[in-house]
Amino acid sequence: MISAGAVDQVFVTLKDWIVFHTPAPLQTLVSIVIEVATIIVVFAALFALTTVFERKGLGRMQNRYGPNRVGPFGVFQPIADAVKSLTKEDVVPRAADHVVHYLAPLVLVGVVFLTYAVLPVGRNMTAVNLDAGVLYFFAVGAATELAVFMAGWSSHNKYSLLGAMRAIAQMISYEIPLILSSVPVIMMAGTLSMVGIVEQQARTSGGLAHWNVFTPWGLAGFILFMIAATAETNRSPFDLPEGESEIIAGYFIEYSGFKFALFFLAEYLEMFAVSGLGITLFLGGWSAPFSFLGWIPSWIWFFGKLLTLIFGFIWVRGTVPRLRMDQLMNFAWKFMLPMTLIVIFSAGLWRFLSAAVVGPMPLGGVIRWLVCALVILAPYITLARGLERGRRIEKRVYRYAE
Amino acid sequence: MGMTFSFLILAIMTLAGGVAAMTMRRLVHCALALVVSFAGLAALYLNLGAEFAGLAQLLVYVGAIAILIVFAILLTRGGEGEPEGSFSPSPAGIAGAVAALAVFAVLTWAVETSSVARAGAAVAAPQTTMREIGFALMQRYVLPLEVIALMLTAALIGAVILALREKRNEPADGTAQKQGLRA
Amino acid sequence: MTPLAGCLLVSALLFSIGLAGALTRRSAILVLAGIELMLNAANLNFIAFWRFGAHPEFLTGLIFVIFSIAVAAAEAAVGLALILAIYRHARTSDVSEITEMKG
Repeated sequence: MISAGAVDQVFVTLKDWIVFHTPAPLQTLVSIVIEVATIIVVFAALFALTTVFERKGLGRMQNRYGPNRVGPFGVFQPIADAVKSLTKEDVVPRAADHVVHYLAPLVLVGVVFLTYAVLPVGRNMTAVNLDAGVLYFFAVGAATELAVFMAGWSSHNKYSLLGAMRAIAQMISYEIPLILSSVPVIMMAGTLSMVGIVEQQARTSGGLAHWNVFTPWGLAGFILFMIAATAETNRSPFDLPEGESEIIAGYFIEYSGFKFALFFLAEYLEMFAVSGLGITLFLGGWSAPFSFLGWIPSWIWFFGKLLTLIFGFIWVRGTVPRLRMDQLMNFAWKFMLPMTLIVIFSAGLWRFLSAAVVGPMPLGGVIRWLVCALVILAPYITLARGLERGRRIEKRVYRYAE
Repeated sequence: MGMTFSFLILAIMTLAGGVAAMTMRRLVHCALALVVSFAGLAALYLNLGAEFAGLAQLLVYVGAIAILIVFAILLTRGGEGEPEGSFSPSPAGIAGAVAALAVFAVLTWAVETSSVARAGAAVAAPQTTMREIGFALMQRYVLPLEVIALMLTAALIGAVILALREKRNEPADGTAQKQGLRA
Repeated sequence: MTPLAGCLLVSALLFSIGLAGALTRRSAILVLAGIELMLNAANLNFIAFWRFGAHPEFLTGLIFVIFSIAVAAAEAAVGLALILAIYRHARTSDVSEITEMKG
């Protein structure tokens, strides 16, 4: 009988065993190589899985089959795609800035992979436990905007430039709510280390884990975080930078073959990374929600949550139509930004409404929950009413397409 | 001896980025080289044990200032227009280069002769946690922090007013993007 | 050469590069970039003195750099907004062509 703890730590044990059996001067190097290789292989495999999952899911939502030719139920479709993109001709426009054009996809993929270094995918399974992990994630992630600009500008194509400008404007605007919505978690955890944040949420009381999403500020923060994350990763309904029907494919229109595949890969990796951050900050990372489920290995929890969030992304993509540029900006600055500030205030209130103020635990906890929820809900309703005022919903008039 | 190999590599990267940013012909290339220099500096800070400063440098310079510069280049038609002559052989240009060289000579002389620089032996890296930096910002340096917050707000408002002022005269100038950014 | 002297030399070089650029380049944006480089050189000095100085536990140099980065962000935002305003007015961002202060 293998204990649950051994299964939980099987990868850590395996790595330690390999490192133990290498000569001493190489141990650090081997350890790093194992970690990097694992991250690359696992998340690239997840990318392959997600592409087919997404196409099947979207197909189901749109009443069609999706890929079903390669292998049983089309599960080998990613292999066919990879072969196609590797053997395709790599076309570079004559007017393009060749060096920048070549570097842009590499920078993008490299930067996105760097963000995985601090992500705790399981108990004791973090490549680098940085003291400033969350800050590192955002700092490194900020460089993706530059890679997008490089791609859009170097292609020397007006569509790609437009797409890049749209992408940068959108990413900058939504980076602020993204960072601000993770501030309450950092405030309450008192640490910027991702491992520390998860360990705080893994504590249980009364059989229930202390996930941040179970608190009113955590719930509101999680919703705001996921909206901002959708925009940050250019997923539908915030996919204006790509907007196939308006600017064809945005900043990577002039890329073909393997470089196009790299952009595709980077986009999905970014989605996984930011979902992983959301899981770490709000959904308890690798911890189980109830103490009686603690025997399930931590990495299964993490990847289960990740797949759930990915399904959410796919569902939203299949459901919601694309926004307009002005709607996008108004939503970011007039709604997301004030709401994140209110959530920070509510988290502060939650901190000071301790048992001494609201009374003993069962009733006091409910009162605290309701008060903090009200602090978020009341401004939310006022804000929504204010933004909707003077805007009547009418039958849409098409001026050009009668 | 005392400089590590990684320090040397990062220093060369930073300086090469700086030189390229100040000498290349196309403005966008300059901006990208500037980013290399900023990122190299951030890595230098990390190398010197200043984790928070390095990450803040990366977040602010690469994530915000570089993007701002790029936006400004495109909005002033620097992206496609005629490449500016790199080092104009005008008297003013030569005078500028000579002045920079003189400043460098003086700084090097100061570094070489000062006792402080020679005394700075290799001490163990100070262990600073984020918690200590947080306490320092919130207790000892709370007044500067508030002043900075006020200044940032003033700068934000000032930049918006400056960039939006002559809107009426210039209806279609590609400013829609900018206004969207700041709306 | 001690590590501190190495840092100071790199910083001096960076400062001179920024100064040369700010004095010789004609594009206002690059002049601003040169100024940013000089500011960064100063920051590197602060970090070096904090790291190799007598009392690293007081965090003075580190905190100064953090404030300096915040000031640089404000400076860049206002400076680029000014350049945009000048460009709209004078149709150029070449500092040698902007010779009039009269609007």
